[in-house]
Amino acid sequence: MASIRIDGLSKVYPGDVTAIDGLELTVADGSFFALLGPSGCGKTTLLRTIAGLEEATDGAIHIGDRDVTRLTPGDRNVAMVFQDYALFPHMSVTDNIAYPLRIKKVGRTERVAKAAETGEGLGLSALMDRRPGELSGGQQQRVALARAMACQPDVFLLDEPLSNLDARLRLEARTFLKRLQRDLDVTTVFVTHDQSEALAMADQIAVMEAGRIRQLGTPSEIFRRPANTFVANFIGSTPMNMLPGELVGGKLRVGDREPVDAVAAGWVGADSGDGAVTVAFRPEYARVDEAGSLTFEGEVETSENLGASVLITARTHDDHRVQAVVPEGAEPEPGAAVRVTPVPGRVLVYDEDGELLVP
Amino acid sequence: MGRLAITAFVAAAIAFWALPMLWLVTAPFNSHPGLDVSWPDWTLENFRKLSENPYAFSSLKNSVYLAVGTMLGVTVMAALAAYSLSRVRIPGRNTILYGLLLLSSIVTGTAAMVPIFQLMFALNLVDDRSGVILVLTGGLLPAAIFILKDFMDATPKSYEESARVFGATPLQVLRHVVLPIVRPGLATIAVWALVNVWSDFLTSYILLRDPTKLPAGVVMYTFYSEGGQANLPLISAFSLVYALPVVALYLFVNRRYGFRFHGGIKS
Repeated sequence: MASIRIDGLSKVYPGDVTAIDGLELTVADGSFFALLGPSGCGKTTLLRTIAGLEEATDGAIHIGDRDVTRLTPGDRNVAMVFQDYALFPHMSVTDNIAYPLRIKKVGRTERVAKAAETGEGLGLSALMDRRPGELSGGQQQRVALARAMACQPDVFLLDEPLSNLDARLRLEARTFLKRLQRDLDVTTVFVTHDQSEALAMADQIAVMEAGRIRQLGTPSEIFRRPANTFVANFIGSTPMNMLPGELVGGKLRVGDREPVDAVAAGWVGADSGDGAVTVAFRPEYARVDEAGSLTFEGEVETSENLGASVLITARTHDDHRVQAVVPEGAEPEPGAAVRVTPVPGRVLVYDEDGELLVP
Repeated sequence: MGRLAITAFVAAAIAFWALPMLWLVTAPFNSHPGLDVSWPDWTLENFRKLSENPYAFSSLKNSVYLAVGTMLGVTVMAALAAYSLSRVRIPGRNTILYGLLLLSSIVTGTAAMVPIFQLMFALNLVDDRSGVILVLTGGLLPAAIFILKDFMDATPKSYEESARVFGATPLQVLRHVVLPIVRPGLATIAVWALVNVWSDFLTSYILLRDPTKLPAGVVMYTFYSEGGQANLPLISAFSLVYALPVVALYLFVNRRYGFRFHGGIKS
């Protein structure tokens, strides 16, 4: 059990490629923490640097009270589950799970007993004599987790834990991992590029871009109030509606629509200043044909069935596209005239630099 | 017509390659073996003569000693070198590899024999079987490293990193994870080294003097009658005895690995 504290961590590869750029981060003891971002954002490098597989160029990493920055991976008491699980193909499931104990010079009988016990906890009892090649993807993942658990680490590191599973299994594994993490209560950091995975599993999410953290928060904070347009674009299974607007004296004007008192609505502060802004709201937080201070009238172009709901795309007279999620059965036909109104409390206004005006 | 010509050509080619083989299995059992292939009278007289030769048996022992010694040296050193070259990024790594490969054919070849002899002389290793092992190992290593590096490259890095996170040292990673996975590659170069040394002539011929230290390939060269004629009864019998271990090795490897061992692991 331990927290992770990262101070001013940088990782620069030869050729001046900066993968991590002066990063500050604290992962609370026992939390399930997601590093989320597009490929190449440095999230995997950060995980590998915590594991000790990459050496930090600058800065420090503490696990609990220990400064592990210059320690070898084996001395950090962390366990890592790799994207391809990295099970040793020439060893049985038992030997795989017992491998960390073999390194720690635990006797053979004790090792096997411990492996059997750990395997049983993950429902692997019937598979203990098999080779990894004879297991399904989900079983392989559980063996990899069992192997990581067997050495009772302070910290679990999971690299893209679900990406090697097929879609159906992925949902099951998500629930399974979350329950397992809760039961073990071990600080766990996982890397993912899939925002829905991060939202579903993590207690805390760090959204990364170009080696920096762009937002740190709980899944609901990040979903409801993305701190900047990068996070706003990245999070959510349907893309965020984003429209150019202008803020003058606390009044928000979008195109030729009636200006709205944005200060009174709580979208901007009284001291937010004037200038070009971006108005954003999620399709999930938009209503159709309801009255409101800010509305977008348009014609339905397409409607996409999402199962229990329908995503409609309307085109406004000034050539913007606005999307809204409406309940099934209530969707307007393509060609119909609609009025899309964001739920007032869910409108986000970003300044010219893409930062949220009311954090 | 064309078909007939092809058939005739193929038959001639087969005869060309098969005749020496036929000679190898028939001549030893012929009481007066010549340079032609003829139906033998199935005598074991040639083998009896061979057993009376003072150097025949010891030369086979020498061959085994040289082959096994070189094989061990090549396998162990190639494993360590190939692992390092596969995992450590150094500038010009490929140039080094190709350079080594190019030079290796020279080391055990004729061209470098004079400097190698001088080197061995300076090291006081002439007429010493360890010297032969050293030279043969040096000659075979580059190609062995080259072959084995391919096997090492094909092993996912995550296996090793996984072991490292659990605290394994580099040598433990090599022993527990990498070597078992590249075992087919190790078997390949071990067999290849054995066969190469078994059939080596030049290196031992130049570096060894004492007839009791000579390997089979060189001893066969000494089987002449007083008149300077090739002693065919002895040579034919010895050829068969000399060839049998290679056949046995082939059968063993085939049974053990089924000759699926080239081209990496497919499990």
